[in-house]
Parts: sequence; C-alpha cells; structure tokens
Amino acid sequence: MGERIEKVSIIISKGSLEGVYPGLIMANGARAEGMDANLFFTFFGLDAIHKQRLEHIKVAAVGNPGMHMASLIGVLPGMSAIATHVMEKKMEQNDIPGIPEFMEMIADTGCGLYACKASVDLFGFAKDDFIDQVQEIITVGEFYEKAAGGEIIFT
Amino acid sequence: MTTDTIAGSEIQLDDEGFLVDPTQWNEDIAVELARREGIEPLTDRHWQVIRFMRSEYEEKGTGPTVRVLGKTSGVPIKELYQLFPKGPAKLAAKIAGIPKPRGCI
Repeated sequence: MGERIEKVSIIISKGSLEGVYPGLIMANGARAEGMDANLFFTFFGLDAIHKQRLEHIKVAAVGNPGMHMASLIGVLPGMSAIATHVMEKKMEQNDIPGIPEFMEMIADTGCGLYACKASVDLFGFAKDDFIDQVQEIITVGEFYEKAAGGEIIFT
Repeated sequence: MTTDTIAGSEIQLDDEGFLVDPTQWNEDIAVELARREGIEPLTDRHWQVIRFMRSEYEEKGTGPTVRVLGKTSGVPIKELYQLFPKGPAKLAAKIAGIPKPRGCI
C-alpha cells in the first residue's frame, strides 16, 4: 500500500446543508479509517454547532445550480424548506443521520470540534451558544497548531 | 493477495490483510490477527463486537458501519473507539475475518 494519511483537519465555512454534510462525512470517515480528525467551524459554518440553529440547517434553493430549477422559483416562500425536507427524507432512506445526531456521533469517535474565534466574536456568540461537544473556541493560529503534521481541507 | 500462516493454518489475505475466505476463520485466528493490530488481549467486549460482526455478515453479506455497530451491537461508539482505536468497523471486520465494510457513514 502507498503512503497513508494519518491526520486531517477539516474547515466547515458554510451554513447550508450541502455546505455542512461533506465535512462531517469526511471527518467521521477519517476516524473510521483510524486517522486523527479535527473539525473547525468558521463563519456561517458555526450554525452547524449552534444549539438553536443546527436543527434548522437548510438546502440553498437560490443560486444553487444543483437544484435544477430556475432561481425565480427558488425565491418563493418555503422553497428552501421544501427542498430541505426532500433531501432529509432521502438521507434518512440512505441511513445518513441528521446533523444533531451526526455531531454527537462524530464527537464520540474522538474527533475534535472547535469554533473559530474571529467568527464567534463577529457574530457575538459565546461558548454557551454551542452544543456541548464543541471543545474550545480557538484562534486561527491555534487551529494551525492542532492541524500540524496533517492535511487541511477547506469546505 | 498473500498466503500467511496464522494460528497454524494457511490463510489467504487480501492487500489490506482481510481474510479472502471468511469460512477459514476461527477464534485462534482472531486472537492472532488482533495481536498483529496491537490489540491484546481480546476482552469480552471485543468478542461481543467480533461476534456481532460475524453474525451481521452471515445474515446480510456485509459488515456493519460504525454507526450501525454503535446502535445495534450493544457497545456505544465511544467505547468502540476505545476497543478498536484504529477504526472499529474496519478493525473488528478484519479480526472477525469478514470483508471490509464499504459504507461511508
């Protein structure tokens, strides 16, 4: 076998369903393969660890060519909720957990969960606003220290 | 594919060290495969997971993912990672002599 990846640090910067899941699946998959993994939530990605918001992460119905419908339809009230509902149903059928369960599971695998200090300050959040699985609010410098010796993936 | 002598038997292994033929497996082989992965000794909790992997494979033709293991094996995910630090589903499948589970979650 070739060279193995031993550690990944994944940055989640977007707050949409399609922006959050890939990073979660990659982090969880890294742990399942026996790699070390860290998740770093920044900017709108913070919604994925926000106690009141993580259950309401939605698919972007506008400006999303992957939706295969005119943006004009996407702007109608409730379109994002409908698209999200359809997607969540499909995920359930495929045994993909919802974000709250996924977060709990990822933390249980031993993956580190961190919030970006600059974004937390920008949005006026505090540690209490986040789910208990979030270990720390860290600076970009501290992120690089934690990521040292591994791969960094930005999503 | 390589052939290796494990616990006194000639066993065929694939490139990642998984048994090619799950019917060649026995408990002595499990102990030896675990030792090679740095897991020694195998506790009752390890065996609970290994036996669960075998029965799932026999029933469904594929090993469970970590999520399924955590929900149905009776061993929670946190403990699974303590028992098999280098990846529970993958390692337990290897030790249980079944193919590597291919689920993403």
